[in-house]
Amino acid sequence: MTERSLLVGPFNRVEGDLEIRLEIKDGRVAQAYANSPMFRGFEIMMLGKSPMDALTITPRICGICSISQSSAASAALGSMAGLPPAPQGALAAAIMHGVENLCDHLTHFNLFFCADFARAAYAGRPWHDRAVTRFTAMEGSAVRACVEARAQILHIVGLLGGKWPHTLAIQPGGVTRAPTPRDRIRMTSTLAAFRRYLEGTLFGAPIEDFAGLTRAADLTGWTLGDAGLFMEIAEDLGLADMGHGSGRFLSFGAYPQPEGRAFAAGTWDNGTLGTVDTAEIREDLSHAWMLGEARHPTEGRTDPDEDMQAPAYSWCKAPRLAGRTVETGALARQVIDGHPAARDLAAGGANVRARVAGRLLEIARTQILLEGWVSALQTDAPFITDVALPDAGSGEGLVEAARGALGHWIKVEKGRIAGYQIVAPTTWNFSPRDAAGTPGPVEAALEGAPVGPGEETPLSVQHIVRSFDPCMVCTVH
Amino acid sequence: MNILWLQSAGCGGCTMSLLCAESPGVLDLLRDAGLSFLWHPALSEQTGAEVRALLAGIEDGSQTLDILCVEGSILTGPKGTGRFQMLSGTGRSMLDWVRSLAPLAEQVVAVGTCATYGGMTSAGGNPAGAVGLQYDGSYPGGALPADFRARSGMPVINVAGCPTHPDWVTETLLLIAGGEMSHDALDALGRPLFYAEHLVHHACPKNEFYEYKASAEKPGQLGCMMEHMGCVGTQAVGDCNIRGWNGGSCCTRAGYACINCTAPEFEEPHHPFTETPKFAGIPVGLPSDMPKAWFMALASLSKAATPKRLAENAVADRIEVPPTLRTGRK
Repeated sequence: MTERSLLVGPFNRVEGDLEIRLEIKDGRVAQAYANSPMFRGFEIMMLGKSPMDALTITPRICGICSISQSSAASAALGSMAGLPPAPQGALAAAIMHGVENLCDHLTHFNLFFCADFARAAYAGRPWHDRAVTRFTAMEGSAVRACVEARAQILHIVGLLGGKWPHTLAIQPGGVTRAPTPRDRIRMTSTLAAFRRYLEGTLFGAPIEDFAGLTRAADLTGWTLGDAGLFMEIAEDLGLADMGHGSGRFLSFGAYPQPEGRAFAAGTWDNGTLGTVDTAEIREDLSHAWMLGEARHPTEGRTDPDEDMQAPAYSWCKAPRLAGRTVETGALARQVIDGHPAARDLAAGGANVRARVAGRLLEIARTQILLEGWVSALQTDAPFITDVALPDAGSGEGLVEAARGALGHWIKVEKGRIAGYQIVAPTTWNFSPRDAAGTPGPVEAALEGAPVGPGEETPLSVQHIVRSFDPCMVCTVH
Repeated sequence: MNILWLQSAGCGGCTMSLLCAESPGVLDLLRDAGLSFLWHPALSEQTGAEVRALLAGIEDGSQTLDILCVEGSILTGPKGTGRFQMLSGTGRSMLDWVRSLAPLAEQVVAVGTCATYGGMTSAGGNPAGAVGLQYDGSYPGGALPADFRARSGMPVINVAGCPTHPDWVTETLLLIAGGEMSHDALDALGRPLFYAEHLVHHACPKNEFYEYKASAEKPGQLGCMMEHMGCVGTQAVGDCNIRGWNGGSCCTRAGYACINCTAPEFEEPHHPFTETPKFAGIPVGLPSDMPKAWFMALASLSKAATPKRLAENAVADRIEVPPTLRTGRK
């Protein structure tokens, strides 16, 4: 029996700072410890401020999920006021949010995840030359096409929200700019160009063909475009046998509209659909450098342990739903929303291939949603209503970021913020162990990953970690 | 020239914004100017041990470093240790790394208001002890001393903005690559003048409302946002309305206030961001270089002269009254 420890970092092509410690036995990961090594303290900064300042401050938690943070803050304020936004304002906000999530998925696939397949370590594989051509970091043709297409579709956020990231356009009552008919046709044209990009490069076929797949085998057997190249690589490298998840998923439901959420909210436990009860959330602090007890976010505190005492090993708190870990993200969303191919794919729990495939499915479905939303814009309707905030109260804002379930919990006393807690998607996925010693989702997924004798930064570990598309700046905030 | 890009304590949004550069995109822009990344945390292939070897090479002198870009503030807490941000895999704080690497670089560029002055990461009592590279808020001296100079003899170049406009970053790097970045190219806070010699107010489409003090009273209304909505575009440096963001827009064009995100201490305006502080009903804070008495006199005169068209449009969410057409010639 051989044993060794590895410290993997700086771990790049994830958003923010991540360090993974591995205990390796007999060529496999026996235990993994995910450390979020950066603490800024946004929840502390918010205390004493005007509640509306959350709209300016919280987007700046994260430059890749900025609109998600903005939407969650706005939803928390709106829930405190007890008023919904103007329906057309909610639609405009959904368009901006959908564009951000779409861009995040594309950035992940082309820039963060697939770059590893171009590594010299894979030379000689039947697909390697094509992976080098398409996915080489900063040089690959798919990488460059993605960067160009992404900049173009973000014009939609420019039109509606002024800039990306860090717009202040999304408010509890709606959005600050009413689009004109001219704006609508520009957005329609931008989306048409983006469809051309997706069909020409990523899917190699009409988007509806990919979104309409019903069986896992159809998805994993897809041969066209970069999606097809990924499926071929995934099959050859056995990515479906890496990074197994618990089979428990969480989604708060994406894109709230007057008629409901475009992707449904819910929980999933190995084939059983359930409803989300946020009262069952607790943030465990036993292995976080945080002082205090496990609490629900409405009662939560953020009190960093400046001495960074063991057994804690991360600034990340450990959220649990009814005492258990859950995985969140695009695959979770698609499974819970009932997409047949996603459910089929996740039948045995998540894995590296299924997480990436879930994201690809969602790219196709989001493009279709966006086209429908833009055509539904009524350019003579109000896009914002008056929302007066009470001097005291509390609110909960639940949205879906690209990476999964994001919640903001606000408490206001005498017109000032008295409590603000955030649980981000990667807080769920990259949480440290809890008081029972149960590892967080990525820590559990890493157990059993193969590690070659000379490997200092194991490729399997990189694939597994990146398959979650972690956003570490959101995680600790 | 080569670039080492480090992400310290920020949101990563300046890199995300950088990827929005267009005509051509950022990868072509930099390549065409002879710029390449030694390593970038979001873009490069190398991870873990490969990166540690690269950093060790810079420290031992076997790898030259031309441009060090730092995105995000530098955390000094807890208790001055910098351990609120450890560069993962290295056992050393980002504070320690930046102090070690900056003197080895030909030029040091702080990307974004966190890296320049501390920025949003230093808001609300600054729980993590965030500072900028060479400034702590508006005070010289941050993670690096006030008299720090890179190998070129230049102080830290402060590309402030939250986030930075992609062109502010690429054009700064291109000016460096072209040998055209000098002390004279920077303002008194170290910001490149090519964007810092403008005000956000310049080319703002609400300027006619501003001229007549025809003001928006609520979010979503078209009028000038200076009087009630917290807008400080008349004081904030930046060519946002000239250059345009993400296809040509910007904050004021989307109907919300400029919050002066290119300035030190913008994160603590001492009033809610989207409300204008007032004294005896009169907004506090004057447009840049405007004598107070003249501003008051002109404002009351222009307010009295506000055309009906502007008065009505200012509180509407769309143009209700178009400009009157001149008909015929006499």
